[in-house]
Amino acid sequence: MKVGLFVPCYIDQLYPDVALATLEVLERRGLQVEFPPGQTCCGQPMANTGCTEAARPLAEHFLRHFAPYDYVVCPSGSCVSMVRHHYDEYFPGDTAFASLKARTFELCEFLTDVLKVDTWTGRFPYKVGLHQSCHGLRELHLGKPSELMNEAPNKVRQLLAGLEGLELVSLARPDECCGFGGTFAVAEEAVSCMMGQDRIADHNQAGTAVLTAADMSCLMHLEGILRRQGQTIAVMHVAQILAGRPVPQIVAGASALVQLRRAS
Amino acid sequence: MSPQHDTSPQHDTSPQHDTSPRQDHARAASAFVANRGRATWHDQSLWFIREKRDRAAASLPEWETLRERASQIKAHTVAKLAHYLEEFEANAQRLGVKVHWAANAEEHNRIVLGILQQHGVRKVVKSKSMLTEECHLNPYLERHGLEVVDTDLGERIVQLRQEPPSHIVLPAIHLKKQDVGDTFHQHLGTKAGADDPQYLTESARGHLREKFMAADAGITGVNFAIAETGGVVVCTNEGNADLGVALPKLHIACMGIEKIIPRAADLGVFVRLLARSATGQPITTYTSHFHGPRPGCEMHVVLVDNGRSQIRSSDEFRRSLACIRCGACMNTCPVYRRSGGHSYGSTVPGPIGSILSPAMDAEKHSTLPFACSLCGSCTDVCPVKIDLHHQLFTWRRELALKKLVPATKRLSMKLLSFVLQRSWLFALGGKLMRRLVPKLPRALLYNRFNAWGRQRELPPMPPQSFRELYVIRKRDAASAREPARAAPPAELPSKPSQGDAA
Ligand code: SF4
Repeated sequence: MKVGLFVPCYIDQLYPDVALATLEVLERRGLQVEFPPGQTCCGQPMANTGCTEAARPLAEHFLRHFAPYDYVVCPSGSCVSMVRHHYDEYFPGDTAFASLKARTFELCEFLTDVLKVDTWTGRFPYKVGLHQSCHGLRELHLGKPSELMNEAPNKVRQLLAGLEGLELVSLARPDECCGFGGTFAVAEEAVSCMMGQDRIADHNQAGTAVLTAADMSCLMHLEGILRRQGQTIAVMHVAQILAGRPVPQIVAGASALVQLRRAS
Repeated sequence: MSPQHDTSPQHDTSPQHDTSPRQDHARAASAFVANRGRATWHDQSLWFIREKRDRAAASLPEWETLRERASQIKAHTVAKLAHYLEEFEANAQRLGVKVHWAANAEEHNRIVLGILQQHGVRKVVKSKSMLTEECHLNPYLERHGLEVVDTDLGERIVQLRQEPPSHIVLPAIHLKKQDVGDTFHQHLGTKAGADDPQYLTESARGHLREKFMAADAGITGVNFAIAETGGVVVCTNEGNADLGVALPKLHIACMGIEKIIPRAADLGVFVRLLARSATGQPITTYTSHFHGPRPGCEMHVVLVDNGRSQIRSSDEFRRSLACIRCGACMNTCPVYRRSGGHSYGSTVPGPIGSILSPAMDAEKHSTLPFACSLCGSCTDVCPVKIDLHHQLFTWRRELALKKLVPATKRLSMKLLSFVLQRSWLFALGGKLMRRLVPKLPRALLYNRFNAWGRQRELPPMPPQSFRELYVIRKRDAASAREPARAAPPAELPSKPSQGDAA
């Protein structure tokens, strides 16, 4: 089974370790993983701004570079959702695309649904606050959104819960949007930042030591606010936790705080 | 929730109170957020209702089945709209109701005024109807010398303040008790500084009672019109629809054509969903059925199109006609909660308003589909399963096609696309950025042009991109496999390198 690693453009440039961690997680399952170097971006920034035609060549670009793989795996619910929900208009009736779409997965859902991983082994003795990224939650159904009254397993939570010592904190608003929203973060800066600050306040009251999500874009926004506020909550992508990365040191003195909040 | 907020679900569509130019949601929102205390209070008040809704929805094991059912009934009805409207008309006429058709807001207003003038009406009481808001009926009637009083408490408060409602179910949700006290002090002569809800509600009740007694006609909205029976149903929490039509001999019910449902049996599905979605109540306090005029009285129904047929003809946005105006999408919307209803500048704000309003006037409402982080909560909360956030996404495309997205944005997206189609250029651009940014002085990075940096740090700039690290990693792995080199295989790392931990 040959897996194509689909790395979101900003992760490639700004958070290389998230992609490395994803690669390691997949290799740990004995998979042969390749990063097709021609890939760049799924086109979401353009599509979300309404510039559909500017996104089209990137959709074609994606199809070209990933078609040869058995599976495509990406550490971002948002980019996978772009492929799954918004590419159809570029490839109406195209069977090659339909097949690629069916083979494209977000990392956590790939682990639980395709590889049938029930629990992930490892140790991570911290109080972890899970940010349920909206696209993963409501478009890929990685879990059950609080608005819906049905049952659905929470795939990200399930993987994290397997780690020894890890304690998931309870949030007052378990799945509210962090306010990133792509270009929304800039176009509606005031609301975007208030949303982010409110999410962080919720994590603070819940006792989060390490804030994690399956989408780095949400974390980029939240981390930006945390750092500006001088807060010491550490931020890690789920892939980094699963890969066994140490908790990053934030500022002097932060490690002491992380120690304090360590789960027993 | 404080009692000044009426909690009854409401009816009817869309834009706009004034003829102000283009609404800039981001600007209005940042003014609202600037009063952080008030924005937080607003967010929490609405979240409180959202949580009540969650509990109410969870109390019905068949919740998702009901939603599906409601969605199917609406899809069916919208597909056969003309058929059901005609059936409704015939049955209503049989009950003695006079049925009128209005193609647009002006026609609606003219019809209503005509009926009122025929009866020599001077004073009208209205039970809140978003449709009459949409048509600007109040100012129109006032211009013709009539007195119009909104009798829903929240609606009356904003009417006294000469403000539009900020929410379709909770028209005065943006006001605190103190604001209401001040308004009543000014207009109703209550004690200065009074903010006791009981006292204020009592005063308003006394005031409204006089208006009810003196009215020559009652105008109501419509929540549901039943084709099979020819009757209309109005849901309120204060009973003001009943009060408003109980004394006068004339009742005019105004409705958008999408309010129709096929059968009386369908009503149960919607009534169960409506109040639970709106306020978390099992049912509204008053669900009033009007099937024909009382003896010696007259009942009129005005069926209004005002852009709805056009929405119906669009494959993309047709589903928005299923809306039953419960307001749940507003309560759940993290942007609405923090920016306030007035920031949308349209009769129906929030997610559904951001779909309906551009359909009426795309230019004026072109920023609304962007006042959304695409979180999708509205789609999952909507009792009739309108795919709200997908429609907002689609609106963005429509607006870009109409060139109603700023040219700078369109150009920058084109440029970005050009770069991203070439991996070497993308890699080069990224490298330059990662090199350059750490060297720039803070003042240059965090200036007023950098909206990201107003309240956020930029992400850290790593020395190498993943694609660079990947090449190195592959090279290392290959050289590690070289038999002639270095240590014996036993000492080679058995698993991939850990990389640098973030
Ligand atoms: S779109 Fe749905 S949630 Fe919003 S007001 Fe209409 S029915 Fe309610």
